[in-house]
Amino acid sequence: MKLTHLLTSAALALGLATGAVAQDTTKVGFIYVGPIGDGGWTYEHDKGRLAIEEHFGDQVETVYQESVPEGADAERAITQMALQGADLIFTTSFGFMEPTVAVAEKFPNVKFEHATGYKTLPNLSTYSARFYEGRAVQGHIAGKMTKSNIVGYIASFPIPEVIRGINAAYLHAKKVNPEIEFKIIWAYTWFDPAKEADAATALIEQGADVILQHTDSTAPQAAAEKAGDVITFGQASDMAEYKPLPRVSSIIDNWAPYYIARTQAVMDGTWESQQVWQGIDKGMVKIGEITDAVPADVRDEALALKQAMAEGEYHPFTGPINRQDGSAWLAEGEVADDGTLLGMDFYVEGISGQIPN
Amino acid sequence: MLKLEKRPQPSRLWTWVTPLLAVVITMLAGGALFAALGKDPVEAIATIFWQPLFGEFAFYYRPQLLIKGAPLILIAIGLSLGFRAGIWNIGAEGQYIVGALTGAGVGLAFYPTESVLIFPLMVLAGALGGWGWAMIPAVLKLRFGTNEILVSLMLVYVAEQLLAAMALGPMKNPEGMGFPGSRNLRQYESAHNAELITGTGMHWGVVAAFIAVIFAYVLLTRHSLGYHIRLTGQAPRAARFAGVRPARLVLVCLGTAGALAGLAGMFEVSGPAGQVSIDFNVGYGFTAIIVAFLGRLHPLGILLAGLLMALTYIGGEIAQSNMGLPAAAIQLFQGMLLFFLLAVDVLTNYRIRLARREVA
Amino acid sequence: MDMGSISPELLLASLMVAATPILLAALGELVVERAGVLNLGVEGMMITGAICGFAVAVNSGSPAFGFVAAAGGGAVLALLFAALTQVALANQVASGLALTLFGLGLSSLLGQGYVGIKPPPVARLDIPLLGDIPFLGRVLFSHDLMVYFGLALVGLIWWMLKYSRAGLILRAVGENHDAAHALGYKVVRIRVAAILFGGACAGLGGAYISLIRVPQWTEGMTAGAGWIALALVVFASWKAGRVLLGAWLFGGVTVLQLNLQAAGFAIPVEYLSMSPYLITILVLVIMAGDKSRAPASLGRIFHASQ
Repeated sequence: MKLTHLLTSAALALGLATGAVAQDTTKVGFIYVGPIGDGGWTYEHDKGRLAIEEHFGDQVETVYQESVPEGADAERAITQMALQGADLIFTTSFGFMEPTVAVAEKFPNVKFEHATGYKTLPNLSTYSARFYEGRAVQGHIAGKMTKSNIVGYIASFPIPEVIRGINAAYLHAKKVNPEIEFKIIWAYTWFDPAKEADAATALIEQGADVILQHTDSTAPQAAAEKAGDVITFGQASDMAEYKPLPRVSSIIDNWAPYYIARTQAVMDGTWESQQVWQGIDKGMVKIGEITDAVPADVRDEALALKQAMAEGEYHPFTGPINRQDGSAWLAEGEVADDGTLLGMDFYVEGISGQIPN
Repeated sequence: MLKLEKRPQPSRLWTWVTPLLAVVITMLAGGALFAALGKDPVEAIATIFWQPLFGEFAFYYRPQLLIKGAPLILIAIGLSLGFRAGIWNIGAEGQYIVGALTGAGVGLAFYPTESVLIFPLMVLAGALGGWGWAMIPAVLKLRFGTNEILVSLMLVYVAEQLLAAMALGPMKNPEGMGFPGSRNLRQYESAHNAELITGTGMHWGVVAAFIAVIFAYVLLTRHSLGYHIRLTGQAPRAARFAGVRPARLVLVCLGTAGALAGLAGMFEVSGPAGQVSIDFNVGYGFTAIIVAFLGRLHPLGILLAGLLMALTYIGGEIAQSNMGLPAAAIQLFQGMLLFFLLAVDVLTNYRIRLARREVA
Repeated sequence: MDMGSISPELLLASLMVAATPILLAALGELVVERAGVLNLGVEGMMITGAICGFAVAVNSGSPAFGFVAAAGGGAVLALLFAALTQVALANQVASGLALTLFGLGLSSLLGQGYVGIKPPPVARLDIPLLGDIPFLGRVLFSHDLMVYFGLALVGLIWWMLKYSRAGLILRAVGENHDAAHALGYKVVRIRVAAILFGGACAGLGGAYISLIRVPQWTEGMTAGAGWIALALVVFASWKAGRVLLGAWLFGGVTVLQLNLQAAGFAIPVEYLSMSPYLITILVLVIMAGDKSRAPASLGRIFHASQ
């Protein structure tokens, strides 16, 4: 314990020293899990970084490091940014949680923001987006537009965020189309274009005419375009190059407003540790343009659904909802609490198949 | 026309000069690359090679060199024994993963019991795990005559899938909100491979790497087994007459390499990495092969080569975040360094002669 | 669970496509290894081919030019390997690994600016008459040209290795380079040619992914296909026909796995993904007693000392 204390105070002194050097400009650092050229997850975070630069101009300096492996290398990369005088550091992958906590403990004067995690400290916030709100909109469009009543879903890893998305999409598809069936493929990757293309093809060959994806490449879009008569939704980024068909809409991760607000808070000295989970209301989740391929009435309904969520009038997980095994989860009118949603490890009633473990 | 003429013995002079030559050539070529990307080449090279060692924050980076270099050195030492004897284990990455899994598995099984015996048990399990994984190609080679290069490589992919299965299944942290990845061993005192002296980066893995270097040096220069290994590599026939039992050599070389790689994995998972996660392995097992060759399969050479690799990693990261160089440029730079280091080695073993064209 | 929802016809057709990139790369590596050289840099050459092909196809608007450029890009990278291992006599294992590192870095640098672009489409050849044959028509006769190129290459390499004089020399060099040298064959020249051919094939395989299979450019998009190609050569025990079989098996396991999941079967994905590699090891063991084994000079350095 003594040793850690020693190190902490050494780092503290250092943090103070470097903090004093970079007084006039605020330095914001980003740790990315993938290359900024991935066209998806990291690409969108980097757009957020560029938005900071544009918004604040000379008042900020941004630095980033891409393709940082999760684990020991991440800890070094984060420490290095803190040492170089960063005032605020965003670590943008779940796997960076433990390293971020470790570094944040050593640099109490530097502010840290970790995406999608659940551990906080006085100088460490977490932020995440309620992507499931976007899934609800997609589910609605999917349920209305499918002719085969089969929706294909390319899932990545069996973690709460992905399961939440499947449930939200299914509930809203089922609401408008009781005949709906979901076919789910676990790709066990966030990013492997060839495998994603194969997964999409497999789903289409088995009758799916709507493909939802929780992986980041546009490969499923291309597979759908090739097959024809299949609709898709952009994931993470807009994937606008596949408009108007097969891509009929998208969920866009829009980190810029949050990044700008938090940078501003550091500048003003008002930054405080928090756990935020923002959705359509704050603009962190954006619904990309719904194209003309979607009938006007369906589009209006989808937009109304989006509006209701934006104004807080409607929650996608509102009872009555049963679990897959038939046991009651939410009673009539009851709304899911965030705790359950954050750790969601079950399908809702009606989805067939099992979550792998 | 230029001709290569084999030297009777590798040149001692060139053994030392060539690596320096390669570094200088790489700096020139790399500098040109960075200039082409619109960055100041001198600053970029200085950032990569100077900052981690003597820069403002060297107090942090120097220990990091040990942390990054230790697994590379530990694995490369094990591999070099086999490489010298002509036994090609290129599956250290798999042995590293399995060692981490067995080591972490023992630690996690005891959670949350605190005892001083747990860490030594994990060390043992890690070494055994790596050893066992390496025994597969060894036994198949002896029993069926299969090629160990290929079997050990195939087993890397198997180990990677095993790692994913473990991180998502049996080893998943029950308090981890359903996310993949094990408990953090750094928060479990009995299983934590902590820094031994604060601020030095020295953890048990670094200690093990140094011991391995010394051990390998003594083995190769003073022990009959070391002599057998060298002899087998240079003259397999003569070795057999000298009483070398090739089967035993295969078992010893692959076993040692596997055990050391397993240890490296175990020390990494219980220390710097902290947990079993899907992306736990970052290619140390493959990079170590390059390190072994850069070090000319000599223990001291490997020590230096491991630290040099670590330097380019860490310096490269600094260049990325300070100068905005893309990660790809750093990767390319490392690739160049390896190319040149491998290429100039020809001068150690061969003389370049101007030869007249033979008249037919 | 609904086995009936899997259509064998479509399954086989997608398998043909999934197998093509690894087939092309593995055929190239097969020739390289038959010449006695082990080039572990397939992944690096594939991804370099992927971006070279993509960039040229986008800029010229012609996928055909793209494929030519991809072959060229792969071959240029292979030339580096040839220079290292054949001229500077460096260790092949280490050089191959370094080549992969280099290729991955180079491709990401070249690829900046090509993210999020759609390449020109490659037409699917719908062969009249043959394409109308029930079942077989869809499985065999409704693909793009590269699929047939891959199949033709299998036949060509098989024939060359087995019956042609060039193949005989290539094998002689791979089995015993000293003897081949004594017979007056230019060992180094033959090996360099084989390495370049291997690079070109790997480049084509990479471009198949970036131009047809996916099609888009993203960093690291080959995602380990080069390593699978290496495994494939071993699985095939250095025989062209078996490479085809292996490519179907390796490609097929992924496609089948995804199809079974879509049909609602709960399958342990990781364990299934291990299976091709375990099968490869098994094949190695079985054929150890067989005559078809690794080329005897594989991975060994050749230096003509007169």
